[in-house]
Amino acid sequence: MAKEQLLSYEDALDKFEVVIGLEVHVELNTKSKMFCGCANVFGSEPNTNVCPICIALPGSLPAVNRKAVESSIAIGLALDCQIAPTGRFARKNYFYPDLAKNFQTSQYDEPIAFEGKIDIELESGEVHTVLIERAHMEEDAGKLTHVGGATGRIQGAEYSLVDYNRAGVPLVEIVTKPIFGAGDKAPELAAAYVRAIREIVKAMDVSDAKMERGNVRCDANVSLRPKGQEKLGTRTETKNVNSLRSVENAVRYEIQRQGYILANGGTITQETRHWHEDRGHTSSGRPKSDADDYRYFPEPDLVPVQPSKEWIEEIRASLPEMPSLRRRRLQEEWGFAELEFRDVVNSDLLDQVEDTVKAGAAPQAARKWWTGELARIANAENLVVQDLSITPLQVAQIQKLIDAGDLTDRMARDVVAGVLAGEGEPAQVIEKRGLKVVKDDGALIEAIDKALASQPDVLEKIREGKVQAAGAVIGAVMQAMRGQVDAARVRELILERASK
Amino acid sequence: MTELVFKTAAEIADLIASKEISSQEVTKAFYDRAEALNPQTNSYLYQSRENAMAAAVSADKAQAEGKILSILHGVPIAVKDNLTTTDAPTTSGSKILEGWVPQYDATVVKKLRASGLPILGKTNLDEFAMGSSTEYSAFGPSRNPWDLDRIPGGSGGGSSSAVAGHLAPIAIGSDTGGSIRYPAAVTGSVGAKPTYGAVSRYGLIALASSLDQIGPVSNTVLDSALLQDVISGHDPHDSTSLKDSLGSMTDAVKNADVKGLRVGIVKQLSKDGFQPGVKACFDDTIAKLTAQGVEVVEVDCPSFEYAIAAYYLILPAEASSNLAKFDSVRFGLRVAPEGNPTIERVMAATREAGFGPEVKRRIILGTYALSSGYYDAYYGSAQKVRTLIQQDLEKAFSQVDVLLTPTAPTTAFKIGEKVNDPIAMYLNDVATIPANLAGIPGMSVPNGLAQEDGLPSGVQILAPAMQDAQMYRVGAIIEKLYTDEWGSPLIAKAPKLEVK
Repeated sequence: MAKEQLLSYEDALDKFEVVIGLEVHVELNTKSKMFCGCANVFGSEPNTNVCPICIALPGSLPAVNRKAVESSIAIGLALDCQIAPTGRFARKNYFYPDLAKNFQTSQYDEPIAFEGKIDIELESGEVHTVLIERAHMEEDAGKLTHVGGATGRIQGAEYSLVDYNRAGVPLVEIVTKPIFGAGDKAPELAAAYVRAIREIVKAMDVSDAKMERGNVRCDANVSLRPKGQEKLGTRTETKNVNSLRSVENAVRYEIQRQGYILANGGTITQETRHWHEDRGHTSSGRPKSDADDYRYFPEPDLVPVQPSKEWIEEIRASLPEMPSLRRRRLQEEWGFAELEFRDVVNSDLLDQVEDTVKAGAAPQAARKWWTGELARIANAENLVVQDLSITPLQVAQIQKLIDAGDLTDRMARDVVAGVLAGEGEPAQVIEKRGLKVVKDDGALIEAIDKALASQPDVLEKIREGKVQAAGAVIGAVMQAMRGQVDAARVRELILERASK
Repeated sequence: MTELVFKTAAEIADLIASKEISSQEVTKAFYDRAEALNPQTNSYLYQSRENAMAAAVSADKAQAEGKILSILHGVPIAVKDNLTTTDAPTTSGSKILEGWVPQYDATVVKKLRASGLPILGKTNLDEFAMGSSTEYSAFGPSRNPWDLDRIPGGSGGGSSSAVAGHLAPIAIGSDTGGSIRYPAAVTGSVGAKPTYGAVSRYGLIALASSLDQIGPVSNTVLDSALLQDVISGHDPHDSTSLKDSLGSMTDAVKNADVKGLRVGIVKQLSKDGFQPGVKACFDDTIAKLTAQGVEVVEVDCPSFEYAIAAYYLILPAEASSNLAKFDSVRFGLRVAPEGNPTIERVMAATREAGFGPEVKRRIILGTYALSSGYYDAYYGSAQKVRTLIQQDLEKAFSQVDVLLTPTAPTTAFKIGEKVNDPIAMYLNDVATIPANLAGIPGMSVPNGLAQEDGLPSGVQILAPAMQDAQMYRVGAIIEKLYTDEWGSPLIAKAPKLEVK
């Protein structure tokens, strides 16, 4: 498909005001599905987590998963929403082979949570308050695999396979109100918003929150209007933008694409579009108009969800500290510089650093381990640092030994290597590898005396006050001691012995 | 001693409990008769001697071990073919499901099995229970044992003809707008629709979820009470099922007495539109009750006038969505269209070939009623009527304990008489529909033969929601007034079917 023509980003922003709206689907990590007892797990053999309910055999009926309702309420509360005292499910009717019942059980005019807000901080420190229209419960569809044909899409495929393992997995759809006034920061704000939602649901442990697995999916609505115009422009909805970078790029692309059309006197077609990360553009999906008729009506097979005030308050009381507040608190407690702290956050290492600090390490030391040596090792082995087989507690133990002078930096790196190699706890690695700072100065003094005796010219220089000459013997002493001494201590003793 | 197959379920249960006969003897007697007579009545769509006898053997074995599983232990039963059974195909009277053997048992079927009731077979019905005569069954109409040229009522004509013809002592029916009560009335048998939610709908192939209810079909009020006690109770698989027990219907029947009883006659359902003989039977019932000192008053239910109109919007709306799952993808019929077999075309070809005319009519009606722009005028208004009918009934029940109406406007009509006149067919349900719209219990009890055609007539008893026991009490009172007069239940007057 030919790439469409684009207006430059600067020109587009010069001429038009950008309005965005975001719909984020969060897949909940409940043990069972939304309306049946089937396991809600990723990666099983196709069609193994299914039952008469989620494949819609005649006669089967749904029953609401209480845990999913609890998670949905928690999400609503975290987004500062009101929780509906009573809410019905509704049927959204349309035929599609991944939708077993040919209707999706969702919420329509009675969402469980509504009227919320969230503050989003951009890179520059600028804060935007995004208003939440609603958060509602619904079920996921199955997964289609189109076989044959060039594109892997339904058009041109020879046949399609349906996997209903995902059918009926609980989803919460969070819908923002139109977001105005972000200007050239609209793409960044979109991505930052999705990141914030992702962090929140992860912190609450209501979702696995892995975008690459589709646990968090974003549909981005974009429209432009001439500056000063009241009426909103025609919007497009770019579906299933599944990484933070894609969210930013897709919004930016739509601004430029729509900008070109509008600047040249064209009109925008209201439609859904698909984002192609590999080619960096969106393409037209199906036209979406207000004539789309899902024939919504209240789901007669389910009684309304009526969370009691007590239950809602119980859930509110059990909410964890929200990620943005936690960040603010930790940055203050740790006293990191802006860049240092951002490095930790961007590497998703807050938990590790915090746990290492809790286990007794100084914040700066903890930070250096995780963003420095450990990140380097992970990178070299093509891993993410979180997957390294070393715990914050172990890192803290090693750091404490350094602080006590029992390990040199180099030895500590050896201990880390040993732990990662599966040689056991730091203490065991130290034992096995014989890594111990020699504290009995007897052997050291002997080595120093020997080294000084073999280099009388150096000894002379030191005695003349040229202390930097000591460096010449340090190497020899360290070598003799097989590195298991602290260089600073060696230097100190050389000066002491030389003056005798 | 009366031949076994002409005994009531209560009598049979007593004989089994006292070990005078075995479940195997009874089951065999009914099975033999059903097998021989089914070619005449077409009551059963599926019969299995092997399944029935295996269950009878189990029941006898359990009894030998001292386990009486229920008050109907060992009594064989017929089940309407819109309840799922793992050991028998389940068609719901439709070609689209022909040959489908469900992977799970309906909750009611599970209860029957656990209560020691051998299942004789699956009974005929109008396709997806849409109809009043069984003429819309894809597998031919059932016939009325009183006159084989006449309809046995519908949709549950298979169950009513089986019970009235003694091809089963009792049967399970389902009632969405009268599908238990109307067939009972025109075959001189007893049928009860419990309060909505009293019996689990899990495994009942849905027609209209908010109206459907499973209930008993029998030759006596006591038999229906026994069966309702066996099948009712909360089911976590059906979130609309009632949490509270409604008490024992059997006790209500056994302890029935007229003392203090107040009966209401619905103004809108006692004047015009009834066959004179049916009206005469109804007046006779009222006269008999009055003679017993029962207080009879007329009550006004003005909204009943709109009941049929509302019903024929709500039912098709829900049905259009419930029937969407019949798409050829996961079960049932699959028809390949000529030309390119895309999924949309396969779905369309399958539904075109698999659904009969009445089903298509209602899907189209319902789809239209839910369409955007029409929803408020049709579905929305119908729901308002529903509320008004509930209010009318609430007001009426503040004055009386139960309401009485003729169950059906006429006695059984001839096969073919109304099949091309849907409106005439719909009017059969005028008296039975309000109970479904309001969720209240209703039952039909025989009250004589119409003078002009000698065919059975029925009186309908309506009670407030959750007061099924009150309905059974009055049913037992009316039944006794007649058996005292006739010396036997009305059904004993039915012509005896003979094997040809």
